[in-house]
Amino acid sequence: MKTLDIINFATSALSGYKLRTSLMLLAMAIGVASVIVLTSLGEGARRYVTNQFASLGTNMLIVLPGRSETTGGPPPLTGETPRDLTLDDALSLYRSHAVRYVAPVSVGSAPVSWRQREREVPILGSTSIMLHVRHLQMSRGSFLPETDPTRAISVCVLGSTLAKELFGNITPIGEWVRIGDSRFRVIGVLASEGVSLGLDMDDLAIIPVASALSLFNTNSLFRILVEPRDYSLLTRTKKIILDTIRARHEGEDDVTVISQDAVLATFDKIFLALTMSVGGIGAISLIVAGILIMNVMLVAVSQRTAEIGLLKALGAPASQIMVLFLTETAFLALAGAFIGLLLAYLSNWLVMQAYPDFPVHAPLWALIAGVGVALVTGLLFGFIPARRAAQLDPVTSLSRR
Amino acid sequence: MIELAGINRIFTVGDTKVHALADISLDVKTGEYISIMGPSGSGKSTLLNTIGLLDQPDSGKYLLEDREVTKLNDVEQAQIRRERIGFVFQFFHLVPRLTAAENVELPLVLSGITPTERRKRVGDILGVLGLSERAHHRPDQLSGGQRQRVAIARATVTNPAVLLADEPTGNLDRSSGNDVVSILEELNHQGLTLIMVTHDPELGRRASRRIRMEDGRITRDSLHENA
Repeated sequence: MKTLDIINFATSALSGYKLRTSLMLLAMAIGVASVIVLTSLGEGARRYVTNQFASLGTNMLIVLPGRSETTGGPPPLTGETPRDLTLDDALSLYRSHAVRYVAPVSVGSAPVSWRQREREVPILGSTSIMLHVRHLQMSRGSFLPETDPTRAISVCVLGSTLAKELFGNITPIGEWVRIGDSRFRVIGVLASEGVSLGLDMDDLAIIPVASALSLFNTNSLFRILVEPRDYSLLTRTKKIILDTIRARHEGEDDVTVISQDAVLATFDKIFLALTMSVGGIGAISLIVAGILIMNVMLVAVSQRTAEIGLLKALGAPASQIMVLFLTETAFLALAGAFIGLLLAYLSNWLVMQAYPDFPVHAPLWALIAGVGVALVTGLLFGFIPARRAAQLDPVTSLSRR
Repeated sequence: MIELAGINRIFTVGDTKVHALADISLDVKTGEYISIMGPSGSGKSTLLNTIGLLDQPDSGKYLLEDREVTKLNDVEQAQIRRERIGFVFQFFHLVPRLTAAENVELPLVLSGITPTERRKRVGDILGVLGLSERAHHRPDQLSGGQRQRVAIARATVTNPAVLLADEPTGNLDRSSGNDVVSILEELNHQGLTLIMVTHDPELGRRASRRIRMEDGRITRDSLHENA
């Protein structure tokens, strides 16, 4: 029997029993669609988190004072360290060609006041480079000026919440605020950024790093943010940083360099696991669909007993009957999977209309897995009915009317 | 052409054994017209099914065109059914979702014959049997006589060596039954070996060789009476 004839026979058999066929298609389609929709949502969540990190710059390296001796634990945010991580340490990193940006960061807390209003907020000391490294947006005015980082100048940039709390509807640009014991002129207001890396970027003030160090009366930086010239230089840059600091710190490895990439990779793994497990849940519905196909095909075999007997009498060997029935289930599975794909894309589209910020995306592997699992379950569960059909005794199946 | 020697077929019904075929020996020559008659349960249909390779004898030897077919495997037997044997059943056994032409085409499809060749042969045989206008009707749009003619077309479209008919008129009124029998007889005149099982004594008498069966044995064979 020719392949084309097998296909024709199978499709004519399927179209001959419309209700049964459409029910089986529906079951298969729901199974495939649920696999794809669930993985799409998981993948969407993964992308959402990745995007959040990417907005901070994924190729950023963070230099922390202190050495974390064990792996797996959190970096020592307030570790005991013999040597300070100084502003000169930070600036020395510029000597490497691999480094594009170095942003020294000093953090403290101080009251910020204007006229009668006062607010205790985190004070971030940094340089103009911060704007590029953290991808900050200004809503008004300008960021810290590009001057010698070691010079303390009395300007500040306010977070959007802080600016609103202190000034209300008055434009803060050009006004003088008091931070701790010093006076600073407001030169810019940040656009609303939300919380990033545990710091509420809306409710803080940014001042030049030298001013911050003198304000808090310290030499030690909180951390240094380093961005290499290229993403591919990340590992090399990490080594350069360690070497440079070691040379400056009399041969002691007393800083920790972490890459945002490492954090991201962890999140990536978590979300991939999540996506795969929800995909697995979806696969259960595919198996249910497979069992339904098996049941319905078993009924079909008993309804079509006479036809099977006839095919045998006309000279179809058992193997041929088997192929015919397996082709039917394979068609059901494939057509069901195709409808399922359409359903999945439709619902993904609906989700995207409802939540435009959420990047729903059907991963390619889920498409392949969904259709593949549909085909495999179809054939697997189609096997028993097909074998039953093939083993029917032609004499008894023809003797029934 | 057909040589049966010492064929036995035993069915077990409950705990009793039924000898459906008991030591049957039969020679059929090419072009013969045979009717098999006998009461229900005498083994007529089992004999027909055995000749048609739908049923396997428990013992005995069966030569079809000088080939010992009982020892062949399923695929080889299927090929013989496909190419050398045509079946006509009491209940027609047309596939309800296929048109008359598609039903006739079925054995050719199973043989893997090309669509152009199939169409030609189906068209020819439907024309011979006066069914050309009904080619694209489904079985439920055909009368009983027409259905049986479609079934005969299907059985003969492969040019088989032998046509086996099991009560071909059993489900038809007398006039369409006569039509069907005259078609079968016409095919026999053209050289096709015809073996027909029937209940109808009048029909049975029309055959040139009449066999009577009782309790799984051949009790009368007109060939030997005349000899």
